[in-house]
Amino acid sequence: MQYKSQAVAMPYFIAAIGLFVGQIIFGLILGLQYVVGDFLFPEIPFNVARMVHTNLLIVWLLFGFMGAAYYLIPEETETELFSPKLALAMFWIFLVAGALTIVGYLLVPYSTLASMTGNDILATMGREFLEQPLLTKIGIVIVALAFLFNITMTVLKGRKTVISIVLLLGLWGLAIFFLFSFYNPVNLVRDKFYWWWVVHLWVEGVWELIMAAMLAFVLIKVTGVDREVIEKWLYVIITLALVTGIIGTGHHYFWIGTPEYWQWWGSIFSALEPIPFFAMTVFAFNMVNRRRREHPNKAAVLWALGTGVMAFLGAGVWGFLHTLAPVNYFTHGSQITAAHGHMAFYGAYVMVVLTTISYAMPILRGRAANSEKAQVLEMWAFWLMTIAMVFITLFLTAAGILQVWLQRVSDTPMSFMATQDQLMLFYWMREWAGVMFFVGLLVYLASFFVKGEAKAVAARG
Amino acid sequence: MSGIFTKSMARNIFYGGTTFFFLLFLALTFDTERELPNRDNRAAITPEVAAGKHLWEVNNCLGCHTMLGEGAYFAPELGNVYKRRGGDFIKGWMQAMPTGAPGRRQMPNFNLTDEELDQLVAFLKYTSEINTANWPPNIEG
Repeated sequence: MQYKSQAVAMPYFIAAIGLFVGQIIFGLILGLQYVVGDFLFPEIPFNVARMVHTNLLIVWLLFGFMGAAYYLIPEETETELFSPKLALAMFWIFLVAGALTIVGYLLVPYSTLASMTGNDILATMGREFLEQPLLTKIGIVIVALAFLFNITMTVLKGRKTVISIVLLLGLWGLAIFFLFSFYNPVNLVRDKFYWWWVVHLWVEGVWELIMAAMLAFVLIKVTGVDREVIEKWLYVIITLALVTGIIGTGHHYFWIGTPEYWQWWGSIFSALEPIPFFAMTVFAFNMVNRRRREHPNKAAVLWALGTGVMAFLGAGVWGFLHTLAPVNYFTHGSQITAAHGHMAFYGAYVMVVLTTISYAMPILRGRAANSEKAQVLEMWAFWLMTIAMVFITLFLTAAGILQVWLQRVSDTPMSFMATQDQLMLFYWMREWAGVMFFVGLLVYLASFFVKGEAKAVAARG
Repeated sequence: MSGIFTKSMARNIFYGGTTFFFLLFLALTFDTERELPNRDNRAAITPEVAAGKHLWEVNNCLGCHTMLGEGAYFAPELGNVYKRRGGDFIKGWMQAMPTGAPGRRQMPNFNLTDEELDQLVAFLKYTSEINTANWPPNIEG
C-alpha cells in the first residue's frame, strides 16, 4: 500500500462482501418461492424478500464503488486522501442506515414503514429499486455528497489522471441522477419516464464510467502496460457507452404511454449498446496479452478478463436479445428480462467490484498477492459463481421463451398463473444453479482465510 | 490504435459526443412532454386515482406484480387488470387473500377499507386506459 489513507477502503470491501452474502441468501429464498409458492409466507412475503435482494445488491455495489474509489484515488492522484476520518464516518453512517432499512423491510409492514418515515410528506417509496424510505434516500444523498467532496478534494490537490477524472464523472453522475428518485408525479407515465433517469442512466450510463475506470486501474497495475495506451482505450469505451446508452434509454419507452417514435430511437441506439461492452472485453484481453510484467496476483487478472466477457454476454448479448421493439413487444416484463438482469449485473458490476477487491485486498493486508493456495481457491470461486450465473441465465431464458410463447404468442393464450405452472422445471433448475452460486460464494469467503506462503510486498509501480 | 489517434482526440470526442447526445436526449424529452397529454390519460387523474396510486406504492404492489411490464415477474400484470377482470372482481379478490392453498403463491391481505379498494380500482382503471401502443399483446398481460 503506497498511501496510508488507502486503508479506509478495507472496511468498505468487507461490508460489500458481507452484504453480498445476504443478497444471495435472499436470492435463494426468492428462487424457492417461485416453486414453493407459500415458502416463508406470511413471515417473508415475496415482495419483501425481493426488496431485500435488490436493495442489498445496490448498496453493496455502492460500498464496492466507494471502497474502490478510496483505494485507487490516492494512488492515481499521488496524494493522501483529503479526509480519511470523513471516509470512515461515512462508512458507519451508510452501514447503519442500510442495516436499519433492511431491518425495517423485514420487521414492519411496508405501508407502516412508509408512514413511519415521512412518505406522506414526500411520497417516493414503492417504486422498483427505489423502495427505500425517504430518510434512507436522504441519507444516501448525504453520504454520497460527503464521499464526493472527499474524493473531489483529493483529486483537486493531486495529480489529475484520466482514470480519476472518469471515475469522478461517473460518481458525480451517480449522485446527480439519484436525485430523480425524489420526483414522483401522480401521472404514472411521467413517473415511469423519469424513474428511468435513475435506473437506466445509472446502469447503462454513468456506472459504465465507474466500471471502465476501475477496470483500467487494475489493468494498469497487473499488466504494466503504458498508461497512455490504457487511457486512450478508456476514453473510447466511455464515449461508446454514453453515445449509445443515453438515447438507448428509449428502449424503456416503448410501452409505457410514451410517443411511439421512441420505438425507433430506443431500438437503434440500444442495439449499439453491446459495442462498449465488446470494446471492454477486447481491451482487457489486449492489455493482458501485451503485459510487461507477470503480476503475482493471477486471480485478479482472471476477474478482470472475466468481467469483460460476462458484461458483454449479460449486458450486451442478452440485452440485445430483447431490445428491438418488435421483439420486446412480446418479451417485455417476462422472465427474459429477469435473465438479462441477472447476468448483466453480475458480469458488469459484481465482477468489476470483485476484480478491484481481488487486486486491492491482498495489498491492504500487506502483500502483493495471496498465497498460491488462496488464489487457487479464489479462482475456483470465480468459476463456480460464473458458471452458475450462466446456468441461472440460461434457465431463466428458457422459462422466458416458454412463457412468452404460452402467454403472448399463442392463438389461445394462457393466463399468467397457468403459464407459471408450466415453467416449474426451469424454475427448479434455476434454484439449483443458485445453490451452486452460493457454494461458489462460500468458497470465495474461504479464500480470504487460507494461509500459505504470501507473495512479497508489491514494488512501487 | 496507432499514433495518429491521440488521447486528446479521444477525450474531445468523448466530451463532444456525450454533450451532443445528452442534448438530443433532452430535446426528445421536451417533445415527449408535449406529446404526452394525447396519450397518458391525464384527464382521468382524479383525487381518487391519486389516492389509489399512493396505495399502490405504499403496499409495494410492484414487488410482485408488473405495471405496464415493469416490476417483479412473480404475479400477473396489472396495467390492464381492470379490463381483464373488472372492478368488482379486483375488490373481491383482494378481500379474499391470502388463499392459503398449500404450495401456491400467496398474496398478503393488505386490510384495505372499502373506500381504499375503490381508490385502488380507480387507479387501475386509469392505468388500463393509457395508450401503450397496444401492449400487452393480449388481455392476459
